[in-house]
Amino acid sequence: MQITVRFLDTFRRAADSDIYFSFRSSRLVMLAASVTAVYFLAAIFAPLIAPQNPFDLASLQLLDAFTPPVWMEGGDWRFPLGADDQGRDVLSTIMYGSRISLAVGFLAVLLAMLIGIAAGLVSGYFGGTVDAVIMRIADVQLSFPAILIALLIDGVTRGVVPKEEHDKIAFFVLILAIGLSLWVQYARTVRGSVMVEKNKEYVQAARVIGIPPALILVRHVLPNVMGPVLVISTINLAIAIITEATLSFLGVGAPPTTPSLGTLIRVGNNFIFSGEWWICIFPGFVLATLVLAVNLLGDWLRDALNPKLR
Amino acid sequence: MRFKSMLKASALALAFAVPVTLAGMAEAKTFRFANDGDLGSMDPYYRNETFSLTVLNNVYEGLFRRKPDLTIEASLAESWSQPNPTTWRFNLRKGVKFQDGTPFTADDVVFSINRAATPPSNMVGYFASFQEVKKVDDYTVDYITKFPDPLIPDNLAYIFIMSKAWAEKHGAQKATDLTKPTEENYATRNANGTGPFTLKSREPNSRTTFARNADWWDKSAKTNVTEVNFSVVSNAATRTAALLSGEVDMVYTVPPQDVERISRNPGTKILQTAETRVVYLGFDQSRDELLESNIKGKNPFKDARVREAFYRAIDIEAIKSRVMRGQATPTALMVAPGVRGYSKTLDVRPKHDVALSKKLLADAGYPNGFEVGLDCPNDRYVNDEAICQAVTAMLARAGVKVNLNAQTRTKYFAKILGPGYTTSFFMLGWAPATVDSHNAFLNLIQTRSAEKKTGTFNVGGYSNPKFDELADKIAQETDDAKRSAMIAEATRIYVDDFAYIPLHAQALIWAVRDNIEIAQYADNEMPWRHIVVK
Repeated sequence: MQITVRFLDTFRRAADSDIYFSFRSSRLVMLAASVTAVYFLAAIFAPLIAPQNPFDLASLQLLDAFTPPVWMEGGDWRFPLGADDQGRDVLSTIMYGSRISLAVGFLAVLLAMLIGIAAGLVSGYFGGTVDAVIMRIADVQLSFPAILIALLIDGVTRGVVPKEEHDKIAFFVLILAIGLSLWVQYARTVRGSVMVEKNKEYVQAARVIGIPPALILVRHVLPNVMGPVLVISTINLAIAIITEATLSFLGVGAPPTTPSLGTLIRVGNNFIFSGEWWICIFPGFVLATLVLAVNLLGDWLRDALNPKLR
Repeated sequence: MRFKSMLKASALALAFAVPVTLAGMAEAKTFRFANDGDLGSMDPYYRNETFSLTVLNNVYEGLFRRKPDLTIEASLAESWSQPNPTTWRFNLRKGVKFQDGTPFTADDVVFSINRAATPPSNMVGYFASFQEVKKVDDYTVDYITKFPDPLIPDNLAYIFIMSKAWAEKHGAQKATDLTKPTEENYATRNANGTGPFTLKSREPNSRTTFARNADWWDKSAKTNVTEVNFSVVSNAATRTAALLSGEVDMVYTVPPQDVERISRNPGTKILQTAETRVVYLGFDQSRDELLESNIKGKNPFKDARVREAFYRAIDIEAIKSRVMRGQATPTALMVAPGVRGYSKTLDVRPKHDVALSKKLLADAGYPNGFEVGLDCPNDRYVNDEAICQAVTAMLARAGVKVNLNAQTRTKYFAKILGPGYTTSFFMLGWAPATVDSHNAFLNLIQTRSAEKKTGTFNVGGYSNPKFDELADKIAQETDDAKRSAMIAEATRIYVDDFAYIPLHAQALIWAVRDNIEIAQYADNEMPWRHIVVK
């Protein structure tokens, strides 16, 4: 009972909040949120709702290959969006593929966030040489596009690890490559906020009563800089997803045995001239709408959380 | 401001560039072609592979060469005779110069043949009958064989002649080892042959350009090409797009799915003929334990029932219709129709039968199948990776878990070829350079022996003494009827042993723009001396 009341109370407060109001007042944002939610749910529950498990090779029939989508002549209800060159259901490969894309996206953003926040906190709080070193590294990295850094990291791992092993760790290499290419933004933002916060009275008070710097940073400063971090993360999620797709499209990302959206587009691209457009277009459509929706959400979140813009 | 000045600069550059190109266009004819993979090296003995060799054949030349109908004609050897059954006398062409200006003499021939016949040269398979090569005078060479070998000119057509002085000057006396891809010598990136084109620039895995050799000895060649640009475009759709947009004049490996589009498109056309190449799968049958498998302590492929089970699990008709789009001829033999010794009556594949596959595996002691790695190129044969993926799915239905490792040809060949042969299950293709069954027997099916120079490409290590004995006899038999009978008998042996899983003879498809006149060889050779750009 107690819990229900508290839950309802939280809910009511959330419903009353500015953020919810601004959410409700924009149809576009609501649409973006629902698209994102549909894709997320489809990806999460793919093993339960996908018509076919495209990773179960024994269930594939090569003779089903290139079946067109149902509304076209020769379509088959077993393959609502058609079948690819190996006889896999395109809808199912998209569901399973977006699992990989989203997992890489989220984990890469998480990694970037951890590195960036740590670097930003240390840099902003201690200042001096530490700050100079970290920020110069960040400056150097900012002068390279993220995709280039991701390619570099991926290329180095490929050189070090033999091909057979690389396919197994490709997933983690992707996360590492993308994560390392995105941390700078966090570090800079957090550093800026920390420099503002650290001179405020509550931090000085904490210091006076002898709380160690690490604890001050995590317990007191960090919660006050999380707003911008969340905004960056949403936008970075879209960047991470598109970076992963680009890498996979170039053939250096997720292997064809566990395809992500980018891999699916790359494979489908081979058939774009021969008329089997559905192998390429549908994963491409999903990728584009997913990234667009997440971006719109990120934009909205930035506006909603930033009082200066209002 | 900055943008404006950039604009100005580019306008200026254009103004200068245009007249120059226009002036040069009157006679300069550039032929641009693309392929999915690169040649391994500029060293002509590095990799015994059709594409590498046919490109290099425009820079380097052999003593003999093939006409478009694949018959042998004189090249650097002006004429030849056979004073006795084991001696071939070659009279060399006089007045021929290497591209660096040094004259071509008998010393170069002796040097080149010895270089090609010595490991780590990848060409040793052409020298099974080779005893020695002797200089008689500056323009005469004797080639001595261990036993009478009627196919010497066929075998030597792919052995290109290098300059002895050039190789020695630059420390390239020995061929580089293809199983060590990082090993290089001067001949890896530089070339000095006698052929119609010289190497102009080389960027491995990207672009290689060639220029016309004005001093070439053969003035009868009809080509008007002055420059050749070869680019590697690994993506199938990009390659097709490059042809359709006119960025390249010719595509060497055409994706089957784009054949229709290219032939419908005005300005481009498809050239198609049956190729003598058979694409097949092979098993490691020599090791006591497979390198890439979960079965330890024994090798399942030593059991013919397992090999038969794999064979029967593969639905070749599905591969033909879906992966190859009809552009392949399924076969049960290791040689394609058109090769001497091919037999229509023996070319019968065991029926595709998954239930029987499962039963055979159970009988052999693997009721739940097993796990094995499959090595496959992804830019060598037509749709090679797609075929391997299809095979992986088909074997999964028989209970075998195949871990596919598809990679680019350079890495792939370095992994699976000798002397290491580090593979358990692999895909390979073979077109007999001599257009004769014995070439496939000698290289692919006879027991591996460095000393006899047999089985160089017998990657799986299949070995049957009865077969070896027959193949040795075939090599020396000059009577056609007897030879054919022996070839048929040998064919029955390897077919009954399930030594390999032959898949199909792929159709040879080139795509060219309409203004290109080109001779298409059935063994996929592409000598530029026949190319005319209109």
